[in-house]
Amino acid sequence: MTTKTVSLKIDEHEITAQEGKSILETAIENGIDIPHLCFLAGLTKTGACRLCIVELKGQAKLFASCSTPISDGMEVITNSEKLKAYRKNTIQLLLSERTHVCSVCVANKNCELQALADKLGVEHVAFEREWTSENVDSSHPFLVIDRNRCILCTRCVRVCDEIEGVHALDLKLRGKDSQIIVDFDDSWDKAASCTSCRKCAKVCPVGAIYVEGEPLSETKDTGIADFVLSRRKK
Amino acid sequence: MPTNAKTKLATMWLSGCSGCHMSLLDIDEVLLDLAKKIQLVYGPLVDIKNFPEGVDVTLIEGAVANKEQVEMLKIARERSRILIAMGDCAVTGNVPALRNSFEDSDQAVLQREFVENSDIQQTIPTDVPKLLKKVYPLHEVVKVDFFIPGCPPPAGNIAYVLTELLAGKVPLMENKSKYG
Repeated sequence: MTTKTVSLKIDEHEITAQEGKSILETAIENGIDIPHLCFLAGLTKTGACRLCIVELKGQAKLFASCSTPISDGMEVITNSEKLKAYRKNTIQLLLSERTHVCSVCVANKNCELQALADKLGVEHVAFEREWTSENVDSSHPFLVIDRNRCILCTRCVRVCDEIEGVHALDLKLRGKDSQIIVDFDDSWDKAASCTSCRKCAKVCPVGAIYVEGEPLSETKDTGIADFVLSRRKK
Repeated sequence: MPTNAKTKLATMWLSGCSGCHMSLLDIDEVLLDLAKKIQLVYGPLVDIKNFPEGVDVTLIEGAVANKEQVEMLKIARERSRILIAMGDCAVTGNVPALRNSFEDSDQAVLQREFVENSDIQQTIPTDVPKLLKKVYPLHEVVKVDFFIPGCPPPAGNIAYVLTELLAGKVPLMENKSKYG
């Protein structure tokens, strides 16, 4: 089997990589940091969070690097002032929806959203916050979903469907009103298809799904999807 | 007149737990450097009743939850050259603003605290400033120049912002801000 390679430039780095990979995957492999939230190695790409946007030389619009495949001669810019400003806006929009209060959150200091806000210098949210009140379901013996903290990245939905293979989780409604649901919008203890595997809690970037009584630093395992896939290939 | 050359610093305590002021005191030996350069003209750490005119830098802790606080904040804004939101309550609303998710929260919290959770004298007090319908971060009420998030903000970040400002530089919070 021959694998075709392509040559491209990401910032100042000249890179040769396997065809078919996305810009983000290629960047990660080469130690180039592009901020991202909804992307998780081993899961399908949705381009939901828009944090991994990059500029391509010669193109006016911005591209989600997680879902844009690399091509020969591509010149990628990952960290221009324009991108920084857009990413800061995106983080602020995420923070202004729902109720993100780090100081009382189970994910405090173990949160990808919080870490990105700090890293990108989002020292305040310029948009008025919504302060919505969403449903919290703690009916499951140990898994809890607090929809107030959900950023709708759908990592849980994808890991449940693609890795665990049961599709117990899905989305209902549209836009910012979207909600993660269990089975047919049942309470979690009534969800027949859930295998209680905890993968949703392992991959949640924030504190929306967690294991009751367990520190999130122990629960979280963002490498789980990639690990399971790598064992399957053998 | 050496005192005139000093930067006039004020601090203010709105709806917060005073943890940010503790963090301000926690900047250790930087306090000694600051003490040479600043004059503390107002705040819970000094006994001065009225917010003075011509303040250079004002650090404000806490969210805006009642009418008195709106007035205090507006006075601080008018009389300060640089106004800094110190801590998550001032920056985001944080814990005081959790009530924003409830309907008629200004009444609901008083009812809960002074009637439902009270064993004796179940009365909502009337001789205190009226609560606002919602709790606001500072920048939704007045213009804020700098933000130091954190619950409390790491002492090092407060020291950094003050030191930069005193040196006439603009503090940059990238990789520094710390929510929660």
